[in-house]
Amino acid sequence: MSALALYTADVVALARKDLKLELRARDTLPAMLLFVLSTLVVFHFALPAGTGDDAAFGLLWIAIVFTALLGLARAWAPEREGGALDGLVLAPCDRSAIWLGKTLATLAFLGAAELVALPAFALFFAPIDLVAVAGVVLASIGICAVGSLLAAMAAASRGREVILPLLFLPLAIPLVVGGVGAGISPEGATYLSFLALYDLVFAILAWATFEYVVTE
Amino acid sequence: MIAGEGLEKRYGRKRALRGVSFDLPRRGFLLVTGPNGSGKTTLLRLVAGLAAPTKGTLTVEGERGDLGYLGHESLLYRELTALENLDLYGRLYRVPERRERSGMLLERFGLWEVRADRVSTFSRGMTQRLALCRALLHDPALLVLDEPYTALDDDGAALLDSELAALTGERTILLSTHDPARVALLATHRLVLT
Repeated sequence: MSALALYTADVVALARKDLKLELRARDTLPAMLLFVLSTLVVFHFALPAGTGDDAAFGLLWIAIVFTALLGLARAWAPEREGGALDGLVLAPCDRSAIWLGKTLATLAFLGAAELVALPAFALFFAPIDLVAVAGVVLASIGICAVGSLLAAMAAASRGREVILPLLFLPLAIPLVVGGVGAGISPEGATYLSFLALYDLVFAILAWATFEYVVTE
Repeated sequence: MIAGEGLEKRYGRKRALRGVSFDLPRRGFLLVTGPNGSGKTTLLRLVAGLAAPTKGTLTVEGERGDLGYLGHESLLYRELTALENLDLYGRLYRVPERRERSGMLLERFGLWEVRADRVSTFSRGMTQRLALCRALLHDPALLVLDEPYTALDDDGAALLDSELAALTGERTILLSTHDPARVALLATHRLVLT
């Protein structure tokens, strides 16, 4: 088996493990679905009549970012509970595979929440075009890539519930700018390029630095 | 194979380990004893590579995959079954024929009947047995066992006794315990932390 095939198999095994754990424990996804839906419902009633679509897109992104934060806060909980992260760190596999597996699993959960959020948004606020959906997809990749790394850093600390938002929200600002821009700007393609560049840069950074986050 | 010189470990202001030195040749058995808080767990975590010494030098021959580690925590996923846990670790540790090896260990440690049960349903002793299976799964050249007899019943402890007797002289072993008499005859080296 080639190194790449082994790496891919490790990533798939780790991501599948997270999906299996979630299917059994149902700790994260139901909370994310409920949160994103209830947030949009609250916004629907809170937003004054006649408010433009631009403001509504801002609210969609608030809902998405905080839903992602909810998922990220629980992302490393299974590893924390039994000390399993030590077991993964000691394994002779490439440690970045641990990050990539977690990123893919978190992306699956966020994607499922967005599958509920986007139709709800279209129902309550404004129609969504393909560029806006592409913006959501690209921003979600960035959210999960950066968020999984930061959540691993926060998981090792005592005040993780406070530290994660403090680390994550500033880094999510460019993603919100890109996501909102893709949704409302006539130059949506420019924002998509910006999001793709963010994803590329931060995914490489997270991939390369994860090892130093989980080892002393 | 393992050499520590003037090892010290601090967590903030707290000194967890103070000036420890030792040598352990390949296939030796180091018994680490000492009262609570003397730094046994810290020392074993340093050897396992899970922590870095604040001062001193530590040399551990071999690669990451050569190590089998049993700590205070099981390192297992509670919502996976016994077999799923071993299968995941077997894949990550590149164990050839990992299903056969997992099955053999589960049978040896009396867990075959509960192989499809989630770890969250296990008693503390069963979890410890499974943690031992996980540590031995890849047939490691170096075994680091931190109080492995914890929570084991008489049968489980006897199983571990026979496993250690079989591995002594074949593998390098570091073991900490509050019951040194249990493995005193197997140990080739002894380190008392104060």
